[in-house]
Amino acid sequence: MPDAYRKTLVRQISQHAHSEIIGMQPEGNWITRAPSLERKAILIAKVQDEAGHGLYLYSAAETLGTSREELVEQLLTNKAKYSTIFNYPTLTWADVGAIGWLVDSAAIMNQIPLARCSYGPYARAMTRICKEESFHMRQGFDIMLTLSRGTPEQKAMAQDALDRWWWPSLMMFGPPDTESVHSADSMRWKIKRFSNDELRQRFVDQTVPQADVLGLRMPDPDLHWNAGRGHYDFGQIDWDEFYRVVRGDGPCNHQRIQHRIAAHEDGAWVREAATAYARKHAAEAIAAA
Amino acid sequence: MNGSPLWEVFVRSRNGLAHSHVGSLHAPDATMALHNARDVYTRRGEGTSIWVVRSSDIHASNPDEKDALFEPALDKAFRQATYFELPDEVKNL
Repeated sequence: MPDAYRKTLVRQISQHAHSEIIGMQPEGNWITRAPSLERKAILIAKVQDEAGHGLYLYSAAETLGTSREELVEQLLTNKAKYSTIFNYPTLTWADVGAIGWLVDSAAIMNQIPLARCSYGPYARAMTRICKEESFHMRQGFDIMLTLSRGTPEQKAMAQDALDRWWWPSLMMFGPPDTESVHSADSMRWKIKRFSNDELRQRFVDQTVPQADVLGLRMPDPDLHWNAGRGHYDFGQIDWDEFYRVVRGDGPCNHQRIQHRIAAHEDGAWVREAATAYARKHAAEAIAAA
Repeated sequence: MNGSPLWEVFVRSRNGLAHSHVGSLHAPDATMALHNARDVYTRRGEGTSIWVVRSSDIHASNPDEKDALFEPALDKAFRQATYFELPDEVKNL
């Protein structure tokens, strides 16, 4: 396998894994405050799925010869990136709906082509993840639908969540094609099959009619249907904000990593106990033989 | 888990089918590997049985020897039933 191909895959798959792991935090924030027992059970299942997705992806990255310890270390020491979207705060319950509806839809849009990418272990992980993300997307839309058909206050809460999550969701597709650093190689190696701007346009075209069903308006005065192109035109994305969040100056970058480090350190005793238990039982098995 | 061995996970989706490889995970021993595999790979009724095998116990053929190993099969088309042409009137053969 050519070195550059391997390196690109390790970078991309591990960033993807880190995103799933960090992505548990914004929604995990609302588990204890979910509005009903059913919503709580659904949200726990969704957050557990994100952990599972992280694990499938770390395993896929490990097949390329980078150990799990190295990958985790890179995340905890800020050497690895993860999706900028998870550096925004979840201020209300409606944010859980908006994340499922927008962020998970955008993720699926990105990931469906990856299920046919040139590296088998990544492609297979993607197939599985996309199936599970479909549940995430629908549960998010269901929350938005319930709120938007609720009291005026609930509808306003849904609108406020859409206002805050719409633009960061568009940024999830990465920089414009003209500035995308890794795109050309990834296309050539069939890791990436569609450009950032192509996928972003598809996401807009798919999502605007869904907002209409919700009776919510997109926070973009320049958004309108362009019959000539057969697509929605939309306003300018604030790429300065995107690069600020990439560099670490998003609203929650520091908090997310600190929380991850604390969870990793607080869980150390579990790993140690499991190892000690396995060693003890292995010794007993030998003695009994 | 820190430094714990890697396991390959195989799940049988239904009775009558073979176990298929679904991915891998880390765990200190086989029992914990099975528990982890249940949580990571069968959250939606994907299986009725799980196997875990230490990755280090798997011996794989060398990709560089692919041609030497598998190429010879390709020039023995006579191993396929369709190699032999039958008269139209012959049935059940």
